[in-house]
Order: sequence, then structure tokens, then C-alpha cells
Amino acid sequence: MEFLSYLISGISLGSVYAIIALGYTMVYGIAKMLNFAHGDVIMVGGYISFCTTSYLGLPGWVSVIFAMVVCTALGVLIEGLAYKPLRQATSLAVLITAIGVSYFLQNAALLIWGASPKGFTPLIPAVNSKGEPNALRLFDGQLSISYISLVTMAVCIVIMIALTIFTGRTKLGKAMRACSEDKGAAQLMGINVNRTISVTFAIGSALAAIAGVLLCSFTTSLMPTTGSMPGIKAFTAAVFGGIGSIPGAFLGGILLGIIESLAKAYISTQLANAILFAVLIVVLLVKPSGLLGRYVPEKV
Amino acid sequence: MKKLIGKIKGLKKTTKVDFATYGGVILAFLIVSALGRFGFLNRSISGMLVPICAYIVMAVSLNLVVGILGELSLGHAGFMSVGAFTGVIVAQSLQASVPSAPLRLALAIVVGAMFAAVAGVIVGIPVLRLRGDYLAIVTLAFGEIIKELINCLLVGYDSKGLHIAFNLDGSLTINDIGMAPDGMAIIKGAQGATGTATIASFTAGFILIMLTLVIVLNLVRSRAGRAIMALRDNRIAAESVGVNVTKYKLMAFVTSAALAGAAGALYGLNYSGLTASKFGFDTSILVLVYVVLGGLGNMWGSIIAATVLYILPEALREFRDYRMLVYAIVLILVMLATNNDQLKGLLGRIIPKRKGAADNG
Repeated sequence: MEFLSYLISGISLGSVYAIIALGYTMVYGIAKMLNFAHGDVIMVGGYISFCTTSYLGLPGWVSVIFAMVVCTALGVLIEGLAYKPLRQATSLAVLITAIGVSYFLQNAALLIWGASPKGFTPLIPAVNSKGEPNALRLFDGQLSISYISLVTMAVCIVIMIALTIFTGRTKLGKAMRACSEDKGAAQLMGINVNRTISVTFAIGSALAAIAGVLLCSFTTSLMPTTGSMPGIKAFTAAVFGGIGSIPGAFLGGILLGIIESLAKAYISTQLANAILFAVLIVVLLVKPSGLLGRYVPEKV
Repeated sequence: MKKLIGKIKGLKKTTKVDFATYGGVILAFLIVSALGRFGFLNRSISGMLVPICAYIVMAVSLNLVVGILGELSLGHAGFMSVGAFTGVIVAQSLQASVPSAPLRLALAIVVGAMFAAVAGVIVGIPVLRLRGDYLAIVTLAFGEIIKELINCLLVGYDSKGLHIAFNLDGSLTINDIGMAPDGMAIIKGAQGATGTATIASFTAGFILIMLTLVIVLNLVRSRAGRAIMALRDNRIAAESVGVNVTKYKLMAFVTSAALAGAAGALYGLNYSGLTASKFGFDTSILVLVYVVLGGLGNMWGSIIAATVLYILPEALREFRDYRMLVYAIVLILVMLATNNDQLKGLLGRIIPKRKGAADNG
């Protein structure tokens, strides 16, 4: 039973990673850039949600919508101002710009909200008004799964399915896949490449906002650096599953969450991240393009 | 005299650039030393000299991997960390047997470089099979692993020798490693190294920079260096004419790791307290920024970028809380400006390219 509860907490943590990784992988797939600012968009999402619930007194679900709107606008703005002028530049130049954007967001948050951690009210509080835990109890209460974990897992699955349908069936989704395959050919076929990339950033940032609120609901605290470690881990998850692949990001995120949770429980809390990264390295050595990634042979 | 001028004129352009780099570093050292002697340097600047030297060595060594070998490494600070903590252990435990501080510093730097080179081999052999962004993420992962392992490390020294323990479950403390009561704690897990004798000096930093430049520039201009650059430009073509991919990639990677370790030892012995979290992902990124802004494959560019960008946040102190914000904006604007076609065209018209000055520097 103990193992099962660690497993479930791992899956719910992994669901958050998976949502972030989905955004990462979509942006990478189309823009071929490592968007290091993605983790900081998560943090902004968390702060927006915090402000709407704490200062305006609005309910939690409204704050999620608020956060999504602000982050979408932010994502499109960042893309337009910082990344679009560098479309022809080397990937390293774009990487450094992304790092600059990341510094900018972190320090702007530091100026606006201060360095001290803010207490975040979870989307679904851990205990309800009667003092009972807000959790699903199974096996005579031996196993309890909090509602927020259930919501997180459900949201993650819904997002994954929606994205798969979106990229597979809709016109815009097909345009995205075409752009990630070959930008030049896509442009010749009449696809507006710039607009498609902007839409991808918008979707990625909206996902980051959702992930931000869910992440802060677990950790219940918020700092300007809240987003950086989950950002790196989600990046790892995306690579783990095969970067550019939507089911891969989902699988990578969930597996990463499970590994982290089990390593913390059974091996060492101190070395949990080290174990997680070691597993990543082993997987990449056996399968260099990630679990579900496509191997593209080099042509001469 | 005429003969000498004739000889200098007859040199290849790359050789001239290399000698100018050495000359520039020596000149900068002499000027800064003279200023220090006559008391023109205030405390904050003289405190920055050794870290600047360490970061210059870091930038030049990372440039070997990113600029010359053409592989993106996001875990360079991990090697710095290995070098720093090895160096601290060596310097602290030799305090009694080697009384001369400069000699102890040199030993610490050499041993730190050796340990970092070993780490470089361990990381390099598996990692260099990967390509592009996959390689980047694995180097990042290695950097984080090294950081967490050092966070668990407990090291002490007494009359019987070194005591080393791994604090895996978080229950051990520095008192549990079986030291005699007169023993000295060197590394205390997550608290890091404490009470280190600060023996690093600006002169040592200058010598280390010169050594690094000699090693890196000679490697780059040698047959091996040409093989490494051939791998960067077209791996398949290089392989087809018989360049040994693994050997040359590993050569560049391990050299870079060893130099980063030396820089780490210098850096570590400049502070009495040092934690492993200092050498995280942020530090790797910081050094990468120096390399990219200085110009890929351009060693004097790395030196200048490291110096200017290390001083910049300090110089922006009057903006107080806004300084990192300004730093971020400067970073973005520089990247946008250097990649702007119109601006490049404008600069090209102002500074016409001289004959034979093709970009081979």
C-alpha cells in the first residue's frame, strides 16, 4: 500500500512535468530551439493565479483562466520581440537570447513580487471546511488520493489527447507538423510559417500557465525561481520521451515523476535528482533519440 | 631590428593573433598589478581579480568544446566543481607538510585538473556518442549529478590521514566520519567547504591564464586541432578521410575538463567558504554566455567577454535591484543587434573587409 501511494504521488507529480514537457516539445518541434524561458512562464502563471485569488478574491478556476490569458499573451510577446528576429541566426544565438529572457522574467518577478516566498492557496485545499481531507479513500482508508492529484492526472490526459487530435486532424495542427518537418516547403505550400510558430508559442505558454497553477497547488509556495528546476526537469522529460513527440513528452513526464517519487522514498532524498538524471543518461545511451523519438539517419 | 619586423610581417595571420593575445594578457596583468601597487584599485575590484581569472580560464576552455569542437556543453561548471573541491581537499590536507602557499596552490591546481580530467573521461566516453541537443541535455544532467554527489560528501583530515564519507540518507554529520578530536573538517556535506585557507592570488591566476592559452592555442593550431575543427565542420567528411572521431572529440573534451578543473581549484581557494550549489546550471550558462558573446572559437573574445561581463553586474550596482534586469536586457539586445542583417550591412560599409582578412581567426 505504501508503494502504491508513492507511485500515485509520482504519477501526479509526473503529470505536472508532462504538461510542461508537452509545451516544451511543441515549441522545440516547430522552432527547433531550447526555450529556456519556458520554466519562467510557469512561474509567471503561478504568480498571476496567486494575485487573482489573493488580491481580487476570485475563485480558483477563474485564476487559472486569468493565468492562461496572461501567459499566452506573454508567450506571443516574447516570441515576437526576442525570437522572431533571430529566425535565421545560429541556434546558439537563440539559446542565449532565451536565457536572457529567462533572467529577465525572473528578475522582473523579483522586483514586482519580492524575494520572499508567497503562500499559494491550492486549487483544491487539502482539507475541506469540515476538516476532513479532500481525498479519495480506498481500501478502508489505507490509500488516500487527494482530489488535486486526481484533477492533475485528468487534466494531463485531456491535454495530451486534445493535442494529439489537434496536431493530427485540424488544419492548423497539420500546418504545425508541416513547419516542423520543413519550413521552406511549408511556406511554398502557402502556410504562414510565422503565424504558425506564434500559435505554437501561445499554446505552449497556455499549457505552462496550467502547469504553474497545478505545480504551486502541490508545493503551496511561490518564489521567482519556482519555475527553473521544474523547467529543467520537464526539458529532461521531453528529451527522455523523444523531443518533438507528443506521446513521448507525456510518457517521459510521467516516468520522470515516478522515478523521482520512488527514489525519494526508497533510496535517498538527497540524491533523488541525481538518480533521475542518471536514468536519463542510461536511457539516452541505449536509445539516443529518446523513448518514442524518431531516429533520423544522416544523409550525405 | 629590420629583420625582426620582416619576420613578424612574414608570420601567418593566426600566429599574429595568437601572439597579440598573449601580449594583451601580459600587458593587462602588468597594468593591473601596477595599479594595485600604487593603490588605485579599491577593495571590490581587487576582490574580483581572482574570480575573473578563473572565469577567463573557464570561458577559454569551454570555447574549446563549443567553438572548436562544435558541441554544446551545459555542464561545464560540474568540472569546475570537481576541481574546486579536490583542490580544497589537497590544499587543506597538505597545510602541515607543504608550508609554502604558492607551492600548495600549484599542487592543488594540478591535482584538481587531474581529477576533473578523469571526470571528463568518464562523462565524455558515453556522452560524445550523442549529438546536438541530446548531448547538451546529458552534459546538463552530469553537471547536476556532480553537484548532488558533492552535496553528500563529508571530508575531514587528521593525523591518520583523510576521512571520506558519503551522506546518502542524510543522517551522517561531520562528527560521524571517525576523525580524531584534533581533526579538521574540510567539506561538510551541503554546507560545503568551510574554513579554507585562501591562498589563491592574482599572479597565480595570470600564470594559469597564460598556461591555458598556450595549451589551447597550440592544440587548436596543431594537426589534432585541425582534425577537431574538421569534425565540427563536417563530421562525415572528416570520418571518411580517416579522422578518428572518438579520439579527437575526447581529446578536446578532456582538455577542456582539465582546464575547468584547474580554474575551479583556483576559484575554490579564493574563498574561505564554498558550497556545491555555486557550480550549478546557472554557472554553466554564465560561462556559455561569455563564450557566445566573445565569439565562437575566438579565444581573445572569450577573455574580453568574461572580463567585461563579470564586471558589468558589479558596475551596475548603482541601479541596485534593477541591475540583473538591466543585465538581461543588455544580453537580449546584444544578441539581437549582432544578428541583425541591416546592422551588419551598415558595419560592413563602415569597416570594409581588408584584403586577405577572411574570417579565419
